[in-house]
Amino acid sequence: MKSKINLAFEICKKEKRPALITYTVAGDNTKNNSLKILNTISKHADIVELGFPHNTPIADGGQIQGSSHRALKNGIKLKDVFQIVKKFKKSKPNKPLILMGYYNLIYQYGEINFLKSCKNSGVDGLIIVDLPYPENKDFSKKCKKKSINFIQLLSPTTSKDRVKKIIKDSHDMIYYISMLSTTGGKLKVSPKNILKNYNKIKKINTKKNLVIGFGITDKTIKSLKSANGLVVGSMLCKTITNSIKKRQNPVTKLDKLVYNLKRKIL
Amino acid sequence: MIKIRKGVPLIDQHDKDFLYGGKFGGNFIPETLKKPIDDLASLFSKLRKDKKFIEERNHYFKTYIGVPTPFIKLENLTNYLGGAQIYAKVVSEANGGAHKIYNATVHCLIAKKAGKKFIVGDTGAGYAGKMLSMAAKKFDLKCKIFMGAKDIKRQRPNVEAIKKNGAEIVPVYTGSQTLVDAVSECMRYWVSNCDTTHMCVGSTVGPNIFIKICAYSTAQISRELFKQVMEEFGKIPNKLKLINCVGGGSSAAGFWNEFMDTHAEFIGVEAGGPKNSKLHAAPLTNGSKIGILHGAAQYVIQDKEGQIGLTDSISAGLDYPGISPLHCFLKDAKRAKYTSATDEDALKAYKLVSELENISPSLEPSHAFSEAIRIAPRLKSSEVIIVNSCGDSLKDKDIIKQKLGSYVR
Repeated sequence: MKSKINLAFEICKKEKRPALITYTVAGDNTKNNSLKILNTISKHADIVELGFPHNTPIADGGQIQGSSHRALKNGIKLKDVFQIVKKFKKSKPNKPLILMGYYNLIYQYGEINFLKSCKNSGVDGLIIVDLPYPENKDFSKKCKKKSINFIQLLSPTTSKDRVKKIIKDSHDMIYYISMLSTTGGKLKVSPKNILKNYNKIKKINTKKNLVIGFGITDKTIKSLKSANGLVVGSMLCKTITNSIKKRQNPVTKLDKLVYNLKRKIL
Repeated sequence: MIKIRKGVPLIDQHDKDFLYGGKFGGNFIPETLKKPIDDLASLFSKLRKDKKFIEERNHYFKTYIGVPTPFIKLENLTNYLGGAQIYAKVVSEANGGAHKIYNATVHCLIAKKAGKKFIVGDTGAGYAGKMLSMAAKKFDLKCKIFMGAKDIKRQRPNVEAIKKNGAEIVPVYTGSQTLVDAVSECMRYWVSNCDTTHMCVGSTVGPNIFIKICAYSTAQISRELFKQVMEEFGKIPNKLKLINCVGGGSSAAGFWNEFMDTHAEFIGVEAGGPKNSKLHAAPLTNGSKIGILHGAAQYVIQDKEGQIGLTDSISAGLDYPGISPLHCFLKDAKRAKYTSATDEDALKAYKLVSELENISPSLEPSHAFSEAIRIAPRLKSSEVIIVNSCGDSLKDKDIIKQKLGSYVR
């Protein structure tokens, strides 16, 4: 059976556009709001990523750190994250949802337990920022057994040999980090160069769904639309931060933002 | 039971996954850092076998750091306590005033070999930052130091030294604004700049290669000490205790390294934090669980979910929720024992040692002295205690003045 993630990419390919993938943090700015945000933005997004926050995130920039901090201050726990996923999946059973976070939380929860909770709540995929290949081999196998996509990351520093090995071990989706940066950095490489690297990787196995993330905003998204998918995260977190500052409703603000992002890649 | 392999350097006791004792350390890092870390690891493994590099290292250790540092008997303290013979390895006599100079110098040498022009590092007590900025200046590298905002306030003398050396200080305002946040922010910076910049991790923590380089560098302490002990006693004394404070664990790893295969006892002293406070920085003493912090598995202060816990210690250099995987390994192999001393214990020890002796240990080694003072009276006069006095108190003068009323060296 095809995974929901795969099906989402197939639809996008038919419509000749990249998949729009959003990232928000569970519990930001409240547990309820983060669910409302998911429900709203998934009208426009093809795949939603949901971060489970960690207080020592070594690969995240200021925006996502801010969102994680707010969520943790609200007392968000993994059981709440799974609750949010469950509720979201009840109303949107076919929308793929990917959990993203750091390994220590999974380590403490127990890998098997964690995957059980993923399965029960309807998680489709996992991105673990600090569990690289080949250290992730074992865990990625466990994911596969549960039909959960383990999403491998590639970066501009990944050697060609390594890229080949990682692609071989990947599931339905691979995440290409656009540049040397934490999340939310300013795009310091031209979209042309990003796509050049992207295409090199894509050539190795054209069947794999390869998405680009890091530094993508409403300003840059259009120039990268030849990719299979594009991830926007920090810009969403920043919009939440700004709407709180201005006492506006983050849910409607994000609705508008993601709608606009989608329009740019149609 | 975890076993230490004889004749194998401590830093090489890991398995093919870079885990010590099958569970501590490793490389839990973002994909972007995989290659820079692999490159650094292969460069280091070449350099440590390269006679020319070792000569160069020894040259700078001698002419720049000023090795060997003194090994002295603390006659007055010994007489005052009336038990074991107490000695100090006065590592604070090294250029800059602490053991952090070894790691900083070696990192700068490696950065040069790697063709990097920029170097970044984290600091807690400010010594790692001060030394890196000194060495960077010496070796003509542009330097940035990440330091928690709380530490910038409490370690003013070192902050001034860093600035004087021409390095940029980047204040870190996230989290508890101490060492743990400085290390995170420094790693984030490296993720974004690893193509041009060399990163120096200030202690035996972080991804495996940084643990290795750091402990390789500080091992100089025990190389000297081993000779000095043989000269003083003609052999390794039958009952010998080597006491060292541990925060990240870099000075202890270096202090013990050459004695690993001997019968010398190792005692590590963690920061117990303020008396009557629940907060501390002593994951080994207080039985913290294994978790992942800054790219390595280790005993770490954390909550049930895996969020890293808050710490508190009067000593900025020990104020860290994790501990080197090397020490987790030594603890589980039962090769070293770990205990803690409170802020108050450390201050008392500082006061006693600086009143009786000609040395003035910073608050970090004062934790180690506190343990020495506690156990010495119960030991026979044939027993020997050596404390690593790994930092000078000058950086703590504000805190000491505030807590004890005056600061006299």
